[in-house]
Amino acid sequence: MEIVLIFVSAVFVNNFVLSRFLGLCPYIGVSKRTEPAIGMGMAVIFVMTLASSVTWLVYRYILLPYNLEFLRTIAFILVIASFVQFVEIVIQKLSPALYRALGIYLPLITTNCAVLGVAVLNINMFFHNGEVAELSFLKSVVHGFGAGVGFTIAMLLMSGIRERLELANVPESFKGAAIAFITAGLMSMAFFGFAGIVPH
Amino acid sequence: MRLLRRSTPRNDKYGVMNMLREFLKGLFKENPVFVLMLGLCPTLAVSTSFANGLGMGIATTFVLVSSNLTISITRKLFPQRMRIPCFIIIIATFVVIVERILSAYLPELNRQLGIFIPLIVVNCIILGRAEAFASRNSPARAVVDGLGMGFGFTAGLLIISIIREALGSGKIFGVSISTEFEPVALMLLPPGAFLTIGFILALKQMKRKR
Repeated sequence: MEIVLIFVSAVFVNNFVLSRFLGLCPYIGVSKRTEPAIGMGMAVIFVMTLASSVTWLVYRYILLPYNLEFLRTIAFILVIASFVQFVEIVIQKLSPALYRALGIYLPLITTNCAVLGVAVLNINMFFHNGEVAELSFLKSVVHGFGAGVGFTIAMLLMSGIRERLELANVPESFKGAAIAFITAGLMSMAFFGFAGIVPH
Repeated sequence: MRLLRRSTPRNDKYGVMNMLREFLKGLFKENPVFVLMLGLCPTLAVSTSFANGLGMGIATTFVLVSSNLTISITRKLFPQRMRIPCFIIIIATFVVIVERILSAYLPELNRQLGIFIPLIVVNCIILGRAEAFASRNSPARAVVDGLGMGFGFTAGLLIISIIREALGSGKIFGVSISTEFEPVALMLLPPGAFLTIGFILALKQMKRKR
């Protein structure tokens, strides 16, 4: 049950883009059309889920035993950067079709703050003063997956709206990024409707 | 891409006017928040009060200036292909320093800014300036560029913070404005941040069109 709650809360209630402000650059930058939005979303789900598990293991079995918690940031960014590179090489070898679909988005993901954000949040949420909460590996992975799904949903909705906005008669000053941000504000307001789902 | 535009070296490399221009471009012509639209995540997330905005601005400026200086000094040491990972390690080191200082001396601010302190590492402004400016220019120019960009970022953050704090909690710099004004709590929540930046960008475009 707790696992389901973590998932739902990561997707809707604490949506990474609309309520935590993580990953705004791709959210505004890649959401002009639906197709690239889907590609980016899939790449983010994939990387976030795996990065959650890898960073959890690094924190639990390397940093904690040696009292190196303060190196968390530097360790995580290195792990994520090399991990993304590794994933890129593996996908390129194993599935050229998938590589063509995700390839160009993978390098962008290293500097996507949502990925480092999910790694840091996992540590803050499921470790209390260095004490490991039970099942936290599974929770971290579910949280990472949910966060990726939430990002993709927000991105897809946004790209759908923006495709329609192109045909709409937007006031001259609001064209481009301005109307995108106002749309994001309204979507974020709409997502408040989900707040009651998860008990606090 | 504007981000990657090279700054052309001029004749009076260390002239006062030149340095001033390098500094001012970060504040106006290439303002990271309103013109380049970089580093939006921390800008929108921590701009709920003036104090938070200022704290985040100073922390980012510190990392930006220190990493620009370090990268500019060591720029000839890194092989071309390995430079980005090297930059990231340098930046991450300074972020860890900021984290340690904040958690030791300003624990309250550290709690308020939360995960956005470690996330300074992935702030696109810092890696962007490292790649586009510091790795190609002398240390003195890199420091001035870092200061300009840092202050430009801080200024953008403060403008958004002032608007959101005034409308959202009826305070300016933490002092209540008037007892009759009913604060709009929405402005402190995520939608308020998106709406504020949306309207600021629209105002900017309106001014340019005139």
